Amino acid sequence: MSNLTTAIQVKNLSFYYGNYKAIEGISLDIYKNQVTALIGPSGCGKSTFIKTINRISELEGKVKVEGRIEFFGQNIYDPRININRLRREIGMVFQKPNPFPMSIYENVAYGVRIAGRCSKVVLDEIIESALKGAALWDEVKDKLHQSATGLSGGQQQRLCIARALAVKPKVLLMDEPCSALDPIATMKVEELIHKLRTEFTIVIVTHNMQQATRVSDFTAFFSTDESRIGQMVEFGETSQIFRNPLDNRTHDYVSGRFG
Amino acid sequence: MSAYQNSETDQAAAASLCQSLSTDRQIFTYLMTSIAFGLSGLALLPLLSILWEIMSRGASGFRLEMLFHPLIENGFANAILGTILMVSIGALLSIPVGVITGIFLAEFSQTNPFTQYVRFITSIITGVPSIVVGIFAYGVIVLLTKGFSAIAGGFALAVIMLPVIVLTTEEALKLIPVPQRLASAALGGTRFQTTFRVIVSSAIPGITTGISLAIARASGETAPLLFTALFSQNWSDGLLSPTASLPVLIFNLYNNPDPAVNELVWTTSIILLTLVLFFSLLSRVIAKKR
Repeated sequence: MSNLTTAIQVKNLSFYYGNYKAIEGISLDIYKNQVTALIGPSGCGKSTFIKTINRISELEGKVKVEGRIEFFGQNIYDPRININRLRREIGMVFQKPNPFPMSIYENVAYGVRIAGRCSKVVLDEIIESALKGAALWDEVKDKLHQSATGLSGGQQQRLCIARALAVKPKVLLMDEPCSALDPIATMKVEELIHKLRTEFTIVIVTHNMQQATRVSDFTAFFSTDESRIGQMVEFGETSQIFRNPLDNRTHDYVSGRFG
Repeated sequence: MSAYQNSETDQAAAASLCQSLSTDRQIFTYLMTSIAFGLSGLALLPLLSILWEIMSRGASGFRLEMLFHPLIENGFANAILGTILMVSIGALLSIPVGVITGIFLAEFSQTNPFTQYVRFITSIITGVPSIVVGIFAYGVIVLLTKGFSAIAGGFALAVIMLPVIVLTTEEALKLIPVPQRLASAALGGTRFQTTFRVIVSSAIPGITTGISLAIARASGETAPLLFTALFSQNWSDGLLSPTASLPVLIFNLYNNPDPAVNELVWTTSIILLTLVLFFSLLSRVIAKKR
């Protein structure tokens, strides 16, 4: 494949919760406007890894990071980094839908509002385009001021995606976004990922290998050995990882002989 | 021939579905249910009998004009107003300090040793007898301003309300799930934005409950007001003069040598109860509107 731009470059990253080493020696490139899937058995550090990219893991206690993650060349663990600006550039959708207990409109407006003053007209436009971007507009346009907690699980997750899109990030991290959804809602989110890749760089953690083959361009396979430390085993184009894996462990996992 | 070709154990399993539980399991269930009902009834008994006693003995002494005249003209109005005034002063002093302290404890300082001291001292103040709070307010305010006053009474009530508000605010904030904090942070929210726009606004009902508890408790306090606001037979002359309150009025009516006056404690109790009920309903309405 040609014409690939690197959006995020991970260099020899290790991560600790307190003194416990959770992942070790991860190096990979995440390409711009491509979907990168992270697959692997439970406890292999996929989720831990994705949370280091927007540094949200730092809210979960005392953590330590070795190595570098570069966002278009800028090391995000540089002490000069403004973490709030970083998280606006690298948005995140969580495993379970977590809308705020506010109206649908306020949920999407939140990220825009906290960044600074914004006129009502501009805000309305941003919200409409974010909800359209998340393929939710038609379902909620008549009840924008009703509580978001009244939506179905799938709608709530698309609302969380809309909320992330409204702040116009460059990269969108998705941590098992479909694990709490039924197959129809999952299909809608997958279609959405397809559509969003033209504008955003997407990293998605998934337990579902069919999902990885359906939505992603590149796949990274994570695993763990007896030491319980997560490592990246193999990274490549999704078709190669699933058809001709180079590593035996990848082969065993994608062919269902493992985990 | 049946469509089911069951083995004997399958048939036994199917038949067992209709059998009742063994006697000892049934007895245990009935016993526990009746104990639970019996004890709940027992707990309700004093509450209902208080209400019944107050209503039956107080209602007959009630005259509507009591609500508009001061004690000197055989009314309660100055005591009602005094209670409202002093509880309001107490609320004005304790709510901002208490809520902000609760937010600080819950959101900004989990790893700070200073927090432990604040929480420890707050818990201790909760257990300080209210008469000691009264002596404290006497020492700090009454001796300083050289007189009994509504301000001193309100200050004493604020000291009593403060720890209740701090601790309930902290608990209410801790109940807000972590994913909401993460969602706000992931959108670039700073700690202050996350706390005030998401967490506190979700926790308003819990915080309001804490405030109304504190107000209900302060409305009924007698001991701290004896040393600070004292009492007056007539309308208050201002914030710096002795002020009547309903609990102290009850205390004084009881100590009156005239048995006919003694009977009025029940009527005053009805008014005090109604006032407390009104305060807590009001706070619920405010919380619901959000």
